[in-house]
Amino acid sequence: TVTSLSPGDTSVMAGLYGPAEAKVSKELPDRAALEVLLRPKVGLPGVLERSREQLLRQTCEAVVLGVLHPRTAISLVLQVLSDAGSLLSCCLNAACMALLDAGLPLATLFCGVTCALQPDGTILLDPSSRQEQEARAILTFAIASSERKVLMATTKGSCSVEEMQQCLAAAQRAADTIFQFYRDSVRRRYSKS
Amino acid sequence: MAAEHGTAAEALVGQVVLPGDLLLLPAHYDEDAEGERLRLSAGAAPQGRLLCGPGLRRSGAGLLVTKCGLLRHRPAGGGAYWVDSQQKRYVPVKGDHVIGIVTAKAGDVFRLDVGGSEPASLSYLAFEGATKRNRPNVQVGDLIYGQFVVANKDMEPEMVCIDSSGKSSGMGIIGQDGFLFKVSLGLIRKLLAPKCEIIQELSQLYPFELVLGMNGRIWVKAKTVQQTLIIVNILEACEYMTAEQRKQALAKLSGN
Repeated sequence: TVTSLSPGDTSVMAGLYGPAEAKVSKELPDRAALEVLLRPKVGLPGVLERSREQLLRQTCEAVVLGVLHPRTAISLVLQVLSDAGSLLSCCLNAACMALLDAGLPLATLFCGVTCALQPDGTILLDPSSRQEQEARAILTFAIASSERKVLMATTKGSCSVEEMQQCLAAAQRAADTIFQFYRDSVRRRYSKS
Repeated sequence: MAAEHGTAAEALVGQVVLPGDLLLLPAHYDEDAEGERLRLSAGAAPQGRLLCGPGLRRSGAGLLVTKCGLLRHRPAGGGAYWVDSQQKRYVPVKGDHVIGIVTAKAGDVFRLDVGGSEPASLSYLAFEGATKRNRPNVQVGDLIYGQFVVANKDMEPEMVCIDSSGKSSGMGIIGQDGFLFKVSLGLIRKLLAPKCEIIQELSQLYPFELVLGMNGRIWVKAKTVQQTLIIVNILEACEYMTAEQRKQALAKLSGN
């Protein structure tokens, strides 16, 4: 299945294939082998894409019930269509919707929220590219839908522990809006049949 | 959100549920109650086992939803809950009747592609009236309609073309010509429901042969190629059309 997601002007298309046959070298005997490929808008994938792929893969592995499909491969391909800031959280949201749409068994849903910590200490959610450049630190969180637990946190820049806690609290509140969006989209889809 | 700390399962029947939602069951389904309770009266005895269907997993207090879709309930036989979800990828389930494509002949077994993560195996003896001397005439690329006898996550799926009494009951090699195409699993379940409107309306249009595989594959054969393709297009479009649009499309075709 293919789904695309765009907060503001950032847009990512996600395609999920699986559970499919895995190559013998990559198959795991007790779980599904999850693979994420992130393709930038221009150029070849570089080190930044590779590190983001690993973050996405670890987040998805935490929610997908891979033990139900051993020796299979699940491939998630993300194509960046446009980038106007908050790219990683857009990729996280697209990944979750792709997993949901494909009918893979999940323990919980997740969403991505980016916070920018400005030099004067204010917190901005879903910053644009300009705000990201001017910020002191950019924090991205993957928040699970069950009890708003944190699945993944990554920081670029420096911030104090209290500031990080405040950003996390703001992100957890913002996650409610995203989960409600997931619920509304699924409702719309099943109301047609 | 609505079902974070658990909502009663009955309240959500027929509504959309998302992975992570916790469904609470009525107390009398809980067989391992805490502490010991002597059941002297027959009043509150559990009425049989609750079946936890696709899309649900038992977890502690209740059922955890693992797929998004509509929650369904069947009260018969102790009760069953399951999630009706839309998906295109098939996962083999024991007892399902599917259409497989023969991809290889390896000694005594045929390898069939059923659309899952592994090819299924089919022994040459699993046809009606087949013996070691009387082998079935199966070539690579043939279509086979059979059912799974072994299908779990740990083993390679195995198919047979006979039922438990040794009769073929409609299973076996699907004949020449016809058209094979793939649709979503939800549409197949809709078409397999008793007294399906779509099939009844189509049968009034042209006579045709139809084989539905639970793996999302449909084989159609009508008298001419054009009629076959018309039926294929209508079945593919049925996923997105409402009943009204479908009736209009069929009226236009039968008018021509």
